[in-house]
Parts: sequence; C-alpha cells; structure tokens
Amino acid sequence: MSSADDVVLEVRDLRTRFGAAHGGIVAVDGLTLQLRRGCTTALVGESGSGKSATALSIMRLIDPPGAIIGGSVRYDGRDLLSLDEIAMRHVRGARIGMIFQDPLTSLNPALSIGGQIAETILAHETVQRGVALQRAVALLERVGIDHAASRAADYPHHFSGGMRQRVLIATAIACNPEIIIADEPTTALDVTVQAKVLRLLHDLQQEMQASLLLITHDLGVVATMADDVAVMYAGRIVEYADVDSIFHRPRHPYTQALLGCMAGIEDDRQAPLEPIAGAPPDLRALPPGCRFAPRCTQALGSCQQQEPALQRLSATHHAACLRLDAMVDG
Amino acid sequence: MAEPLLDVRALSKRFAGSGDGVFAVKEASFTLQRGETMGLVGESGCGKSTLARLLLNLIIPDQGSVVIDGTVFTGAPRRAQRKLRRRVQIVFQDALSSLNPRMTVGVNIAEPMRLQGLGTATERRAAVRALLDLVGLRAGDSERYPHEFSGGQCQRIAIARALILRPDIVVFDEAVSALDVSIRAQILRLMLDLQQRFGLAYLFISHDLGVVRRVSDRIAVMYLGRIVELGPAEELCRAPLHPYTAALLRAIPIADPRRMRVNDLGLTEGEAARPDKRMPGCAFQPRCAQRLPRCAHEPPALATLSTGRSVACFLHSSADHSTGLTRSDVP
Ligand SMILES: Nc1ncnc2c1ncn2[C@@H]1O[C@H](COP(=O)(O)OP(=O)(O)OP(=O)(O)O)[C@@H](O)[C@H]1O
Ligand SMILES: Nc1ncnc2c1ncn2[C@@H]1O[C@H](COP(=O)(O)OP(=O)(O)OP(=O)(O)O)[C@@H](O)[C@H]1O
Ligand code: SF4
Ligand SMILES: [Mg+2]
Ligand SMILES: [Mg+2]
Repeated sequence: MSSADDVVLEVRDLRTRFGAAHGGIVAVDGLTLQLRRGCTTALVGESGSGKSATALSIMRLIDPPGAIIGGSVRYDGRDLLSLDEIAMRHVRGARIGMIFQDPLTSLNPALSIGGQIAETILAHETVQRGVALQRAVALLERVGIDHAASRAADYPHHFSGGMRQRVLIATAIACNPEIIIADEPTTALDVTVQAKVLRLLHDLQQEMQASLLLITHDLGVVATMADDVAVMYAGRIVEYADVDSIFHRPRHPYTQALLGCMAGIEDDRQAPLEPIAGAPPDLRALPPGCRFAPRCTQALGSCQQQEPALQRLSATHHAACLRLDAMVDG
Repeated sequence: MAEPLLDVRALSKRFAGSGDGVFAVKEASFTLQRGETMGLVGESGCGKSTLARLLLNLIIPDQGSVVIDGTVFTGAPRRAQRKLRRRVQIVFQDALSSLNPRMTVGVNIAEPMRLQGLGTATERRAAVRALLDLVGLRAGDSERYPHEFSGGQCQRIAIARALILRPDIVVFDEAVSALDVSIRAQILRLMLDLQQRFGLAYLFISHDLGVVRRVSDRIAVMYLGRIVELGPAEELCRAPLHPYTAALLRAIPIADPRRMRVNDLGLTEGEAARPDKRMPGCAFQPRCAQRLPRCAHEPPALATLSTGRSVACFLHSSADHSTGLTRSDVP
C-alpha cells in the first residue's frame, strides 16, 4: 500500500483449506495483504471470516488434513510457503512473534513464566540458560509486570487475564521480531485492562519499528490502533485501505453496513439500529457471485453471476465490489 | 410515584471459599419500573450474574429481599414463588448451551410452560408458533434442533422461550456479548421492539458500557460487588460522577480514528482485585487517581444527590456514610 521498500511481508493470493481435499472448506480464498515496517495492519471481520486462518497460514501452522493450497508469503526475499520446516522454525517465533487467540492454551501451566520466555529465547538463540532467564526478567519488566525478578518464578495461574496477556506479549517479542501477529489480544479482557494492553502493544511496536498484524472484530480497536485496515468477509478481503478511508470513505457495501451497525449501537438512543439482514454464508454452500450479495442492499442481478475482485481505487484504497462506480464516495 | 414493578432491597451474597469467602454482591439496591430498562455494567467478576441469580431467586441472599409488584419473592411460600417466577425470565450469553440439545426448538421454547403446568399441548404449540414469528424465525424451525442454528438465531430462540410465560421483567445477562456486531444489532432491535409492544421491563447486564448506554434508561455501575453509581443513562455517560465510571468511559475505544487514537485511551492503574478480601475503605481506592486519605479507611455508601443521581464516593460530599443512607434509588 506504499513504496515497496517499506513492505516487510507480502501475502499474495493465499488460499487455505480446512479438512480434506474433498468435503473440506476453503477458509481463506485468495487473500492479498502487505505489512509495512513500523505500521499496524488491522484484519477485521466477523466470526468465521478467516482471520485466524490467515494468521496461522502465515505462520504455517495449519494442521493436516488442512493445507495451504495456494499463494505465497514473501518475507526477507523468500517465500515462506516453500521454506523447509527447519528454516521455517527459525522464522516462527523469532522473526515473526505471534500472540494466539486463546491465551489459556498458549501458556504452559507447568512452567514458570520466566522459564517459558527463556525457552523461547533458547529455541532460537545460542545463549546460556542464565542469560536467557535474565532477558526474560527484563522482558517482563518491559511489558509492565511489577517485581519482575520475583514474579518470573510464578506460574501462569498466579496471574490475572491482563497479566497473562502481558506475558504472552513478552514471549512474542522475546527475540526482537520484525513482525508481530496478535490474534484478538484483548477480546477476553475488561475494557480498562484492554486499554493498557493496546497501549503496550503500540508502544512496543513503535520502539521496535516492527509491523503489527492486529486481528480483531472490534471496530473501536481497529480505529484506535490501525494504520491500514483489511476487512474480511467469508474468506476474502472485501476492502483494504488506510484507516481514515475505511471509517470516513468506506466504499464496500459490507464495510458501510458494518459501520452503520456500530453507529446505531454506539451513538445515542435516537440513532436507528441498522442491522445487516441475514448471516454470513456457510463456506460449504457459498452463494454464486459476490459472497455478500444475499445480504447486500446494493446488489444487482450481475452480483449473483460474477465474483468481484479487489480493485484499486487509489494508492491506499482497494475494494471488491461490482457496483463501485455506481456508488457515491463516502 | 407508582410502586415499582421490581424492588431490589439491599441484597448481599457471600460465597464460601478460602478466608472470608467471596463477597459477590454487597447491599445492592435498585428499582425497575414497568417498561423501563436498567443497564448493569461492570468488569468481570464484579457480581452482575450473581445479582441476576438473586433476582430470579435461583440463589438465596444472605441479606435483603426482592419484591415484585409489592409481593416479596425472596423466601416466599412455594406456591407464591412459582407464580412470581413466571414474571421474571432470563436470557444468557451462551444461548446454545442454555438450550437442551436433545429437544427440538419448539419443545425448548414450550418448556417453561410445561414446567409450570400451563396450557394443553395444542395451546403450547400455538404459543410457540406465535413466538417464532415474533422473534423472526419460521414456524418450521420448531421441528429443528438447536445446533442447526447460528449464534444469533439461538439467541432468538432463547428470547422466545423467555417470553412464553408472558413475563413482566426479562434479565439479559451478556445476551449480545458473544455476537458479531451485525447480528448484535439485529438482536438489540428485536429486544427494543418487543419491549415497546409488551411494555416489558429489562435488566440489561453487560461489561460493555457502549451497548448498555444504547439500550438503557438508567444505568447501575458495579464494582467488586457494590453498585457505585446509578443514574439516567445519558447523564451518567456524559458526566460520570464516580471515578470508576469515568475510568470505564475513557477506556472505550471509539470507532472513529479522527476522534480517538491509541494514545488517547485513558489508562487506569491496576486491575480489579478479587472480591475475596474485606476492604476497610472504598473498593476502588487502590486504583483511584483522586483518592482522599479517608478513602482507605471508610467505605463510602451509595447516596442520592440533590440532582437525583446516586454515587458512592467521597468526592461527592453528600455521599457521606454518616448520613446513614444504605440504599438509594433514582425515582
Ligand atoms: N481446525 C479447523 N478445522 C476445520 N475448520 C476450521 C478450523 N479452524 C477454523 N475452521 C473454519 O474456518 C473458518 C474460518 O475460521 P477462523 O478461525 O479463521 O475464523 P476467524 O475469523 O478467526 O473467527 P473468530 O472471530 O471467531 O476467531 C470457519 O468457518 C471455521 O469454522
Ligand atoms: N457459586 C459460586 N461459588 C463461589 N464463588 C462464586 C460463585 N459464583 C460466583 N462466584 C464469585 O463471585 C464473584 C462474582 O461473580 P459473578 O459471576 O457474579 O460476576 P460477573 O460480574 O457476572 O462476571 P462476568 O462478567 O465474568 O460474567 C466472582 O468472584 C466469582 O468468582
Ligand atoms: S458486488 Fe454487488 S452484492 Fe457484492 S457488495 Fe458489491 S453491490 Fe453488493
Ligand atoms: Mg479467530
Ligand atoms: Mg456474568
């Protein structure tokens, strides 16, 4: 979305299937995305739209019989999808740090938190255990855990939800990654704790000049955190733009409808509640043509025949809709 | 002023546990009028669901009582309880798990009627058909099973079931929290439509003050078991009195990058403590930027100010425990 040398990671036409080749679903279907240095890209969409599947595909963590069935993920001059597993292991966790959606399963209950962070460091760097542990304490301090030196010996169950999320962030940044992927990092947290975790993620990202891929379904989080926004619907990106355009000049009917729902909920009681009719499609039985057509108020007959591709509207704004010309800007 | 439909009087509930146990709800009082929505907001573990269960008489309070339309629900004789129970119904966050997976949707919806021994099978079927239509599902859906429905549809089924006994009061405990924004708007609209048509009173529980503000006439803010502020929704959100209410409001990310970016988010010290310690002073004191010396020693009581709003905080002078106010309501 910007000059090529800014781009740290580029996903092209990514396709990922869950389940077997026959009878499975294609959860990510032709996704293209660029992460820029020092910038935050928000991947936003409803439950099941394929956000986590995208992140797991970038990390190559799709378990068989599921598989990545197409596309490329360019990073550091290579395609991650064609690296051997040993080379990929070096990228995963070291060059790309990931905060998984389910924090409970990502922490080992039987290991002290200092120990877990040290393990991550030891897996990627040849340093002595004592050094790794020292770095773990420094990392805990950096993510705002008080009395880090003594708390490093504590186990995950001693920590509140917000503190655990800080520990996961410390683990994700342990090896100074160039890219951080955070999958719904604040969804389970209370709003006062969420505010602090968001600020922490932002501060760390600025400090490290890392790229942050932030996955969320919360448009408030998107608006406050993102530089770029990709809106996903049923496995595809339907709109991809700078944050101001997404919120102030949305061009895709889905983005517009989503913002309409939000306005109805967040603004005063007089504002009408404008739900989007229906529900997202079943990936096993996709409608013909545009995947949003059955719920779209702008749909014409042609929308049921042709699947719209992502179209460039400006240097920083793309949308996938057959009626872009007919619709007014903003 | 008319007698309130629901009068919650100084409810307290402690759960046994290590040490002093968990003080889940402490002296919670409020009223609800016919057709009114009270929002109940607060962070995880502050006692919202416990208060809901006390209201429904699903658990017995240590102190206090619930009065419905002038009749005491808490500890009433069995027959009276059975009748009162029809008048308050609840919809939970996880609709799918609150429905019986082995029963059809129709049987699920009719279940409260059957348990109460009301109507014939034919009458119950007719009631189910009418309700399915009311919540935007098809009559044919009554023969299908809950797992065949999406989250939003399950929530519609749960609402239909809550309405079959023609209650006066419906409690929504995080009923839209798990739903995506597009579906959330559908369910909120359905709730508001039903309220208008039937004059229902709602207790709308959520940790999300943004949504609570949208649907509530008044809002009660809970912190560690206590209601710390109660007042008209718009005033409370526009000019919060309690520092905790203010902290909640500042921490909500606004969905407009021109109005708020991450550095504008208000940060509050610390995290909510667990309610298993008896605290001598104000429960919010350890996190409060405006705390006074006395806040560490004396508990501020919820008191009504001359504006009619209620707050439990020494920064608002009349909220002084020496006034002896232990409960209050905004008329
Ligand atoms: N391991 C799996 N096996 C089979 N199907 C899966 C698996 N993981 C996800 N899916 C399906 O793939 C689709 C995309 O799922 P994904 O988890 O990426 O959604 P998401 O956008 O992250 O949703 P959420 O907001 O709920 O986390 C969904 O239909 C989901 O049911
Ligand atoms: N049956 C029980 N036994 C012991 N403690 C309980 C019980 N039920 C609730 N608690 C405790 O009481 C406190 C209040 O819980 P409650 O479920 O009412 O909170 P809540 O505000 O509904 O939280 P959430 O937003 O997470 O649903 C918590 O500390 C909880 O752990
Ligand atoms: S292509 Fe047609 S159906 Fe799809 S979003 Fe655009 S107008 Fe709506
Ligand atoms: Mg996900
Ligand atoms: Mg609860």
